[in-house]
Amino acid sequence: MRIKLTAEPGSARNNKTGSWRVERRPQFLQKNCSACRMCILVCPEGIVSGKEKNSFKTDYLYCKGCGLCAAVCPKKDIEMVPEETESKK
Amino acid sequence: MKDFIEGSEAVARAVCLCKPGVISAYPITPQTHIVEGLAQMVADGRLKCQFVNVESEHSAASVVLGAVAAGERVFTASSSQGLILMSEVIFNIAGMRMPVVLACVNRSLSAPINIWNDLQDSMALRDSGWVQLYAENNQEALDLTIQAYRLAEDSRALVPVMVCLDGYVLSHGLEVVDIPEEDKVAQFLPPFNPAEKLDTANPKSFGLLAGPDYYLEIRHDLHQAVKDTLKLIPEITADFKRIFGRDSGGLVESYRLEDAEMAIVSAGSVCGTIKDTVDNLRAEGKKVGLLRIITYRPFPEELILQALAKVPMVAILDKAISLGATGPIYADLKAAFQGKPGKKISGYIAGLGGRDITPDTIKEIFQQLAGPEVSNQFIGLKSSF
Ligand code: SF4
Ligand code: SF4
Repeated sequence: MRIKLTAEPGSARNNKTGSWRVERRPQFLQKNCSACRMCILVCPEGIVSGKEKNSFKTDYLYCKGCGLCAAVCPKKDIEMVPEETESKK
Repeated sequence: MKDFIEGSEAVARAVCLCKPGVISAYPITPQTHIVEGLAQMVADGRLKCQFVNVESEHSAASVVLGAVAAGERVFTASSSQGLILMSEVIFNIAGMRMPVVLACVNRSLSAPINIWNDLQDSMALRDSGWVQLYAENNQEALDLTIQAYRLAEDSRALVPVMVCLDGYVLSHGLEVVDIPEEDKVAQFLPPFNPAEKLDTANPKSFGLLAGPDYYLEIRHDLHQAVKDTLKLIPEITADFKRIFGRDSGGLVESYRLEDAEMAIVSAGSVCGTIKDTVDNLRAEGKKVGLLRIITYRPFPEELILQALAKVPMVAILDKAISLGATGPIYADLKAAFQGKPGKKISGYIAGLGGRDITPDTIKEIFQQLAGPEVSNQFIGLKSSF
């Protein structure tokens, strides 16, 4: 067999699938965040991290730009911005 | 030891000698006797094996896929609608390079419902990445089953193998079969020891996603692996002969083709009838012969070209049809001979749904072959009912 057909646990990390993202990405404003953790819960990629208020962020290497985190945030503290927008952080 | 047994029992005894760890199947006519026989062997303690009863053929194929991935030698069998219900898993088994051995007892496909023999079921799965071997008689059904494990599990192959035997004609027909001794089978077939398997202590995933960046290469790899068994099969049959003392299986069989002016190409038990007819026609001075395809996938194109190089008229007898096109063997043969003019190649369809193919049918094909070149001529078609 010339091509290995099995994968070790956690190897999905090797694929930087953030390149699949089109048009918009979430911007974590870190202004009104209440640390409710809803964004962590809904992110289908499991890549949102943070503990303290106004510390939450995502990993753009994997973020697909689905917008679920922005939609769920009760504080409207996550904004979907066009991909070409300069990062504030 | 010689015994007078059905083709189904020949396969069951062969499987028992290969000692699979897991068998799963769902009953379907005319395959049922194989797994009934195996279930009895397991119940009697003659075969130490887990026999998993399931609610469908899709599940049976899934059970053996899981078990072989966990490192067990496995077996399943089916026919017709059952095989087609398995087909989603059949493609996965090949794609995951799992050495499953399956006996297909060939039967027509519905609708209309028909339980009799033709090759439409396995032919429909010729593109699945499985090696397909077609038995002519019960002895060969037994021998091919043992060879199938050796081939499938060879680390150079790792492809599944389907052993096809004609429903009723072989599965329920009795013949004297030489059943090999256990120690010889053990000598021929090393224990199954896959390099990678499902293991909780060393977790891994099988059957992963491959995007457009990888899929083409993986498919090419499987295609190449199936094609490469063309080299392994002669090696395995030579070793089989060394240990068991008989020629059995292989890629193709040439029968009285030297100096032949006409030849029929076919596969399976009908080749026995063709051989008898060839002998009778030869006795009348007609220069006719047979090329029997034993290994249909991979397609042994080079050997077929060589065997038929000097035969000016070739008839293909397909017991299956790609509806709206031609018989499958005809299409492959025609493609093999593309760019090589000076040969008449005609395609005939016969025996669908168990319509008997008699020596007269074979004679009619030889007669028609002398006439105009055709691509999908049905033989024995009634004009009115
Ligand atoms: S946009 Fe989607 S993928 Fe990206 S961080 Fe938000 S929820 Fe996760
Ligand atoms: S959902 Fe909004 S408020 Fe809640 S933790 Fe995430 S960013 Fe903060």
